[in-house]
Amino acid sequence: MGDRARTAGADGVIAEPVIRIENLRKHYGPVRAVDGISFAVARGATCALLGGNGAGKTTTIAMLLGLLLPTGGDIRILGEEVPRHRYRVLPRMNFSSPYMDLPQRLTVAENLTVYARLYGVRRIRERLATLGRDLDIDAFFKRPYGSLSAGQKTRVALAKALLNEPEILLLDEPTASLDPDTADRMRSILTDYRDRSGATLLLASHNMSEVERLCDQVIMLRAGQIVATGAPRELIHRYGRKDMEEVFLDIARGIESGEVVE
Amino acid sequence: MRLISPQRIGALALRYLYLLRGSWIRVVELAYWPTVQMILWGFITQYLAGHSDLLNQATGLLLSAVLLWDILFRSQLGLSVVFFEELHSRNLGQLFISPLQPIELILSLMLVSLARTLIGVGFAVLLAIPFYSFNLFQLGPPLAGFFLNLLLMGWAIGLLVSALVLRYGMGAESIAWAAIFALAPLCGIYYPIATLPDWLHPLSWALPASHVFEGMRAVLLQHTFRLDFLLYALLLNVAYLGLGIGVFLAAVHKARERGALLQSGE
Repeated sequence: MGDRARTAGADGVIAEPVIRIENLRKHYGPVRAVDGISFAVARGATCALLGGNGAGKTTTIAMLLGLLLPTGGDIRILGEEVPRHRYRVLPRMNFSSPYMDLPQRLTVAENLTVYARLYGVRRIRERLATLGRDLDIDAFFKRPYGSLSAGQKTRVALAKALLNEPEILLLDEPTASLDPDTADRMRSILTDYRDRSGATLLLASHNMSEVERLCDQVIMLRAGQIVATGAPRELIHRYGRKDMEEVFLDIARGIESGEVVE
Repeated sequence: MRLISPQRIGALALRYLYLLRGSWIRVVELAYWPTVQMILWGFITQYLAGHSDLLNQATGLLLSAVLLWDILFRSQLGLSVVFFEELHSRNLGQLFISPLQPIELILSLMLVSLARTLIGVGFAVLLAIPFYSFNLFQLGPPLAGFFLNLLLMGWAIGLLVSALVLRYGMGAESIAWAAIFALAPLCGIYYPIATLPDWLHPLSWALPASHVFEGMRAVLLQHTFRLDFLLYALLLNVAYLGLGIGVFLAAVHKARERGALLQSGE
């Protein structure tokens, strides 16, 4: 694919991507966690970063957030160079991950209030009430965050990520630890939010049905490199498989598209 | 250069206020050690007063020293411990993906450290009045200068300790408790710097706290206010605080290179 950024959408054409990555690299000594990836994501698109453990998904997301400094390459988000000008874009982005905690002893409402202030949210009470209702977390607003179940924490993390109504929402396994009913509701909330706000979603997930339902662009990573990209249906067709689950397994196991596997 | 936002600094300070509000034990803990120290040294003072001309001349010499020392200790510990709180709760990553800048994090840590010091030492200072008829405010206006300098030195050490923990992980946490005590013998808290061997004098005078404690003794024993002590301490503090901030920011930068902000925690 070379250094040219891969573009979002089935037609592969983007007038103005909100995320553009060129030849991005992150090396830890001899280990190449991310090894020269390039892609772009259009405004309003939902893009999945897929790959097995250690493929480079979280590393890529961390570099987009400026949490991790790249070894090389360029990142432009909303037209700004990251990490150099990350503070110009961080107020317009947010991130949710079940693997990043909030202060355990603070209540849910306290945690959300602190982050709302950090993001400069206006009318904090109204915003919290809306999110509490939408994500069904208002019942435990007064409970310490540390006392919540994993599923409840995931919903609170998502509420934190939606506080500032981000233009770009990065999600690491957004429905991990959730029961099927709640997970389905979360997906509806995410699609509603995207459709209503025109936000761009970039998510790392191991849930292939979720990817099929939410995403219009998929970037498959293996050993820090992009090995396949396209719309979910396009990939399913290219690999001759019935769903993304099978495509994922093919790619994770290094089977090229068109290969016949006994 | 992006502007520093008081709103974001306040937001983080609010987080610690919530933490204190949620646990009265934490509030009691803030005042506990300074109070115990004050009570202990108060009795020692009472005992020694009958046996020492020096202590007879200057009542409250030891109590002033112990309370001023606690300002230094609490301000350092207040900053470090509050930073460790972020590491323990694995919240640092969340903070660094928010619009909060590292310098704003530092300023909020300082703000919270000031509040913790005022609560902790303030309680002991007030309690000393009915307990031993000792009022730290007898030091007069110089007390403000002593307080400021000890606070600044505590912050400088607190930032250096926090940077070390960010670099080497929570295993280095014990340094937070040990660092200040390593400097204590050199600061001349309870004795003049002249008591120390000559070869230690340059080291001792390189510490802002040494100038503060000498200044305190000048007020209590000679009844003179030595502005030179305060100014030296302030100059040194500007340098150390600059160093502390620089090292902390460098540690954050290094952590972002190593990916440590993703995994920081217990």
